[in-house]
Amino acid sequence: MAEYISKLEQLLEEGEFVVCSEMGPPIGADPEFIRKKCDDVKGYVDAVNITDNQTAIIRMSSIAAAKIAMEEGLEMIIQITGRDRNRIGIQSDLLGASALGLSNVLCLTGDHQCFGNDEDAKNVFDLDSVSIIKACQQMTEEGRLINGNELKTEPPRLYYGGAHNPFADPFEMHMMKLEKKIEAGMKFIQTQCIYNLEKFDYWMEEVRKRGLHEKCHIMAGILPTRSVKALRMMKKFVAGMDVPDYTIERMEAAEDKKAEGVKMAVDIINHVKEIEGVRGVHLMPVAWEEITPVVVEKANLYPRPEV
Amino acid sequence: MIVGKLKDVDEIKDMLPEDLESLFIIGCGTCVSVSLAGGEREAKSLRDLLELYFRSQGRDVKVNTATIKRQCDDEFIDSEELAISEHDVVLSLACGVGVQHLGIKHPGKMILPGVNTTFYGRNSDVGEWEEMCLGCGDCILDDFAGVCPVARCSKSLINGPCGGSQDGKCEVDDEIDCGWDLIYNRAKEIGQLDRLLSYEGPKDWSTARDGGVRSHKNPEFFSE
Repeated sequence: MAEYISKLEQLLEEGEFVVCSEMGPPIGADPEFIRKKCDDVKGYVDAVNITDNQTAIIRMSSIAAAKIAMEEGLEMIIQITGRDRNRIGIQSDLLGASALGLSNVLCLTGDHQCFGNDEDAKNVFDLDSVSIIKACQQMTEEGRLINGNELKTEPPRLYYGGAHNPFADPFEMHMMKLEKKIEAGMKFIQTQCIYNLEKFDYWMEEVRKRGLHEKCHIMAGILPTRSVKALRMMKKFVAGMDVPDYTIERMEAAEDKKAEGVKMAVDIINHVKEIEGVRGVHLMPVAWEEITPVVVEKANLYPRPEV
Repeated sequence: MIVGKLKDVDEIKDMLPEDLESLFIIGCGTCVSVSLAGGEREAKSLRDLLELYFRSQGRDVKVNTATIKRQCDDEFIDSEELAISEHDVVLSLACGVGVQHLGIKHPGKMILPGVNTTFYGRNSDVGEWEEMCLGCGDCILDDFAGVCPVARCSKSLINGPCGGSQDGKCEVDDEIDCGWDLIYNRAKEIGQLDRLLSYEGPKDWSTARDGGVRSHKNPEFFSE
């Protein structure tokens, strides 16, 4: 049997339909906050992303929070953005994460600091998502740093992925970046949240035409929501989100908004599950994390496989 | 050119010493004059405003102005040497370079900045300027269809747009064009899309401010 770097890699490589979810660390230093969240999803998901100061709001570090959650028995995916650290800081953190047993990494450029509460901060962006992926690849597979120097001890064991927005225009320009990430060695993708299924189907068709689904595992982003307001906000204010009017109308017409939110998420999961090349889902119920087990069960994705 | 913006008069008032008796406002006749921030027109109108202010405060402060071609060059500032020495304080309307050059030439004299130096930019419309260059010291415009990803992408990304680029606009502000959209479209127009496809390793920042304070010498003037 092949030796896998992580459980996530094993599940994806062995052809399981993978379920990931997302957890935001606290704005504070309380480890109990994370432990409680772990209880909510344990057994219902295969791996959990832990965000890196998402929307540029200061929170407990992704690596520290992931370590706490890992000790609770969860498979974790740390996130690393280029916004706050340069190549020195990022590579150092990647080595540290691996040493702590955190092998899964989602490499991101990072939201601009203007979205958070520290608009006056100096940003870094020394590395972008592509070069963070490349750094992971070089360190893990070649045992050397970006500057070419060889590592002096064991190389890190990293299983690295990235994100992609299938709805961003112009389409070809964003595909160009996706292909660069795959070229740099990206093993898996978690997509932007999907509401517009026609557009997602088209993107997957283009992905298959280029054979990209054979070079990296694609997980479809799902964002269960329970209000018309949230859908409208996303449509209007979240960069790159595509929320069709029919989705908003469907929620407006629903009497039980929570039940409809779950149903909508399950419908999207059922749709993407049948698409050739989609290898899993990534659930991101912002401020509604407790709904994850319900969605997983209703989508007939429970129980999760044992490895 | 170097683009600047005249500081608010209140900010300027706040930086002036309370016991001020004479102020010399020096405009700069090149870059900041073109960007309507610190030329002769701005120097004179600022003088009028400050005179009015001092009078309203019952203070007797002498305010004079002069505008010289370039405050970053000895050749042009020498003519004002006497006038500078006759005033308590100099308010320079040059960019940050000019303000500091005056300081170097006039040790012991208080030289205050009247302009915020904003960026290296072009005149994009009447009364409008746009940032074009960061002065990184290692020009890569040839690789990006002549559009700078370092200066014109809000995140200085060199491998393509971020996920926040939508319909040609930047996630930071709808008023900002996505630098990568500009690069992509121009590369398409001039048939250079293939040059955008290869992976760009992290940029060498040692020629930029990150390499420490910069200076250079033209070898024509400095033989070994």
